[in-house]
Amino acid sequence: MAGEIWVLVEQWRGRVSDVTYEVLALGREVSAATGASLQAVLLGSDVKDLLPTLGAADGVLVTEHPTLGEPVSEIWALALAQLVERHQPLVLLIPQTNVTMEIGSLLATRLRLPFVNFCRDIQVTDKRLVARCLLYGGKVEATVAPQTPAVLGVLPGVRPQEQGRAERTPTVTAISLDLPAEPPVRFKGYTEPPPGDVDITRENILVAVGRGIQRPENVALAEELAAALGGAVCGSRPVIDQGWLPPSRQVGTSGMIVKPQLYLALGISGAPEHVQGMKDAALIIAINTDPRAPIFSVAHYGAVVDALEVLPVLTEIARSRRRVA
Amino acid sequence: MLNIMVLVKLVPDVVEELEIASDGRSLDPASVRLILNERDEHALEEALLLKERHGGTVTVVALDVPEVDDVLFTALAKGADRAVKISGVEAGLSTWAIAGALAKALTSSGLVPVDLILTGVQAIDDLDGQTGPIVARLLELPYVGMVCRVEVDVEAHKAVVIREYAGGVTGTFEVSLPAVLGIQSAEKPPRYVPVAKVRAAMKTQQLESVPVPGQGESSSVEILQMAKLEVTGGAVMLEGSPEEIAERIWDLLKERGLV
Ligand SMILES: Cc1cc2nc3c(=O)[nH]c(=O)nc-3n(C[C@H](O)[C@H](O)[C@H](O)COP(=O)(O)OP(=O)(O)OC[C@H]3O[C@@H](n4cnc5c(N)ncnc54)[C@H](O)[C@@H]3O)c2cc1C
Ligand SMILES: Nc1ncnc2c1ncn2[C@@H]1O[C@H](COP(=O)(O)O)[C@@H](O)[C@H]1O
Repeated sequence: MAGEIWVLVEQWRGRVSDVTYEVLALGREVSAATGASLQAVLLGSDVKDLLPTLGAADGVLVTEHPTLGEPVSEIWALALAQLVERHQPLVLLIPQTNVTMEIGSLLATRLRLPFVNFCRDIQVTDKRLVARCLLYGGKVEATVAPQTPAVLGVLPGVRPQEQGRAERTPTVTAISLDLPAEPPVRFKGYTEPPPGDVDITRENILVAVGRGIQRPENVALAEELAAALGGAVCGSRPVIDQGWLPPSRQVGTSGMIVKPQLYLALGISGAPEHVQGMKDAALIIAINTDPRAPIFSVAHYGAVVDALEVLPVLTEIARSRRRVA
Repeated sequence: MLNIMVLVKLVPDVVEELEIASDGRSLDPASVRLILNERDEHALEEALLLKERHGGTVTVVALDVPEVDDVLFTALAKGADRAVKISGVEAGLSTWAIAGALAKALTSSGLVPVDLILTGVQAIDDLDGQTGPIVARLLELPYVGMVCRVEVDVEAHKAVVIREYAGGVTGTFEVSLPAVLGIQSAEKPPRYVPVAKVRAAMKTQQLESVPVPGQGESSSVEILQMAKLEVTGGAVMLEGSPEEIAERIWDLLKERGLV
């Protein structure tokens, strides 16, 4: 298997995201298994300051260009296509988040390379790249072998980020590319979220509701429980999409990353996009009527029962005993 | 006036118990109930909202698979103007091959050019790419994904789109039309349409059918195995009546000094 192992650095608003280090740790393993060197690929307009954080890689390929300042997928994919064509890596690993969402598809289409998304692990078996990927909202795992060279989208959480961090300035190769000054997709600016009523990232106790809560009236029941426990209510995407809770309460890849002392998940299936936002809570208790719900894989405690039956009882207990305690 | 096309996909309802087929590499079709991909509901809603604002037409396009008629008539009942089934695409092709077939069918049948092609940002049933970006590349149109708001300047032939990042932060982009947009969520919850209206649409409206010229290519990603994910990680399961479970949860919170 010839060719280097490349990891795209997810660099957003002047910071390398944690997921980059997780993917570098994975890339290090693939590099060891293939004997090829591990290269981080850093794109941006002025990113030299970020180099010392990428010491886990053997080298960093850096391309700086004014139009690469923000991760506009069309332009990043174009830049990556030029780099890949020139240097022929074996595999490009792309951390898969909202920021990088469609870069892999756009790049793979440009170069007609195989693309595999949602990878939760990658190994080298019999000289083939073999990836394990999540499908169907986290309920099914597929094991796939792409032809190489390949582009792989890697889910957050693949390895501990500490494994991909090293304070060492790697070998830097600066590469200049010819990119359009006026691309078809033009970045205009970021908007911060309007300040919500509650900041769920600061709450110790979160009562989280998913589609299993069924009706907006039932969200009120969850509010009552949260009040009785001294916490706040948050939710999964469908609950926010329905307008049952404001966007400031969304947990997950497109919402907030929360690490409360207690995350009580009511009627949430545990899709990867949700789990990424709450998996590090100190105590996760999940209530779901489906014994196979993926949420039970991240929960510490679980119960297969109708959340609507437990909710009022627990609220009552909390109300009557909390003050006494 | 805006002419909008919405590409929609039927995917297995994951609320049902999914079973793996005997080949060990795919889902058992008998265990699968197909529903419209959730993000595509939002893509359709956004298209209908844009039509209400600017006038024009909404054309909904799907592959000819079981249950597709229901989905397309529902779209017509909601306010779409045309509904097109693409026929002749084999089941089980790669996302690439399907996106290629879609792009071919759209160009050969005169369905494009349009001002906007909307897709759901992602479907839950494939690993090998996103149809929106692939169709965009094949038609040589720009693509923006994770879109949660679209404002069109019809005169200037461009759109301002709001894209979702993390933590509630959004980004604003300007894109020349025509363009392909992957919709994450519509500006409003998808509208509801009563069954009676869908039945009426079935009586008064027609679905169109467009065959795909040629065949797709084989996948460069080999599926070795597919397995239901065992619930692992060892959650301690609490048993008993709802009252007993509530008591157990209370005890857990007390033990940890949370209450
Ligand atoms: C690009 C992208 C980004 C995304 N970002 C996010 C994100 O940030 N956050 C997020 O949450 N999602 C996100 N999603 C959506 C995600 O993929 C899932 O669709 C979503 O998390 C599912 O929400 P849910 O668990 O509430 O609903 P479902 O998956 O429908 O699950 C409902 C659950 O409730 C259970 N249930 C039903 N009735 C009851 C009852 N009476 N008592 C107990 N349990 C019951 C069911 O068994 C089921 O497991 C994103 C998707 C995409 C494509
Ligand atoms: N077979 C298809 N027919 C029509 N639209 C599709 C098809 N496959 C995917 N799409 C569209 O592309 C989006 C992304 O799908 P996917 O590439 O499967 O993740 C879907 O939400 C649909 O809007």
